[in-house]
Amino acid sequence: MALSSADSEGRAYRNASPSLRFFLAGVASLALMFLDHRGTYLEGIRAYLGAAMYPLQVAINSPVAGGRWMRENLALRERLITENAALRSAALADSAELQRLAALRAENARYRALLDSKARVPDRVVVGEILAVDMDPLRHRVVLNKGGRDGAYEGQALIDADGVVGQVTRDQADSSEAILITDPDHAVPVEVVRNGLRTIAMGTGDLERLSLPFLTRNADIKAGDLLVTSGLGGAFPAGYPVGTVVTVDGSSGDAFLEVAAKPAASLDRLHEVLLVFQQRGGAAGPASPAPPATTPAVAPARSPSRIPAASAATPSTEPATGPAGPLPGEPAPVVTPPVVEPAPNEETAPVSPPTESAVPEVPAPPDAASAAPATDDAVPAGPVREPGAPE
Amino acid sequence: MRAPRWPVWLLLVLALVGEMLPLPAAIQPLRPAWTTMVVIYWALMWPGRFGVFSAFVAGLLVDVAHGSLLGQHALSLSLVAYLVLRLHLQMRVFPLWQLTLSVFALMFLEAFVLLWIDGATGRAEFGPARWGPVLAAGLLWPVLMAAMDRLRERLERRDSSFA
Repeated sequence: MALSSADSEGRAYRNASPSLRFFLAGVASLALMFLDHRGTYLEGIRAYLGAAMYPLQVAINSPVAGGRWMRENLALRERLITENAALRSAALADSAELQRLAALRAENARYRALLDSKARVPDRVVVGEILAVDMDPLRHRVVLNKGGRDGAYEGQALIDADGVVGQVTRDQADSSEAILITDPDHAVPVEVVRNGLRTIAMGTGDLERLSLPFLTRNADIKAGDLLVTSGLGGAFPAGYPVGTVVTVDGSSGDAFLEVAAKPAASLDRLHEVLLVFQQRGGAAGPASPAPPATTPAVAPARSPSRIPAASAATPSTEPATGPAGPLPGEPAPVVTPPVVEPAPNEETAPVSPPTESAVPEVPAPPDAASAAPATDDAVPAGPVREPGAPE
Repeated sequence: MRAPRWPVWLLLVLALVGEMLPLPAAIQPLRPAWTTMVVIYWALMWPGRFGVFSAFVAGLLVDVAHGSLLGQHALSLSLVAYLVLRLHLQMRVFPLWQLTLSVFALMFLEAFVLLWIDGATGRAEFGPARWGPVLAAGLLWPVLMAAMDRLRERLERRDSSFA
């Protein structure tokens, strides 16, 4: 621990400055925190810093990715054969299920036609990989290898094979940051499959647990109930499984039940996730249902990436107001959930035929990128802020 | 001649890698606060080359790596660096156990600053993930200190511009 002379000299003439420097650094960081907390002013800076960090994250991920590559490439033939057989039988079972689904789908389409409601469009998805990079231990955030250039946008829903995983919070060109549904800052609008009871599932900070704090004591919910996304709020497409109710506790004497659910997705073993593009008149905004087919001339002029939320605000009045329509400057009305099932709109949603299913289709990634290019000015949807959720 | 600074930034980048390295969930709360340790070390040993602003930049990088509020670690690390810079002449002559205790104190202070900021933005959370890094870093300090002393002394001996 020898004192080095140069440093002591350096200290001698800089002796006065550390306090001033600390003051400046403190003011700067307070200003940054304020701006970052209060708005989206810093998204640009964050995106740059995040992009600068991405090579480091890829480097950290590389041993894991390399190990996986080795396992895949140097696997024993025998193991591959058994795996292949298992996958084959799984695929057979799935396709049998799908046949049944096709009949149901047609039936459902007929009923919907009878009810004169709009057909549902399947959601398009892109596979994203979660980098093996740890983030803040107090929060449940992950880094994906798909960013704005691949069409990912802020507020985009993430699912895996079993259920909802989370949503994208920041897109940084080639990578993006996502929040898991179990993060304490996250809330998903859900409904109980059994009876359609709608509520909100909040993250708890525990990967195995969601909490449903807004159910009154007389709510009809019990252990084993399956929760699916309700589609309210517009961030998550409807109908994806979120979790299963584990415990319902009404013993606290409180006005509300204490309900805990277990997430359907295996959040602790995530490797690949699906980024869901909702077919809402374009892939750019989480909240822009396609206008009714009566206004085809209006739709091209108002690109959903420019004023995504405004069109969601007044879906019903759109045909009447025409091009003058909603003001672009209107604040995004997060409380107005675009529950409308989107109409198949040739101009803005050219990807999938109007069929009746929530089963995601997996197109090739290049296709995905071309169909969802406009994400630079991503919609500030962020983590779900539901009307009922506490800020 | 100005002393070269690349070892400072090299070690900070390594510390960032340490912050992001995937660990099994069971020991994740015990991940040492690498960046804070490295910041303390450089502010203590090379104060002419590592100032409050360097700590600020390192903090911004940690914020991006953690996805936390931009400026949160920047503030806490600036504070730590400032305190060390003010006290480094006293701290350098401490025996190791006393130095380790002061590092503990600094880490706790930093954790409290982070907790306050989290509280102010409505994310206050207690638990092992909050204090684990402090504990782990404090326990690892003597080891890190010995390793980095070797590196620093070797650099200073080999190249007089480091000294």
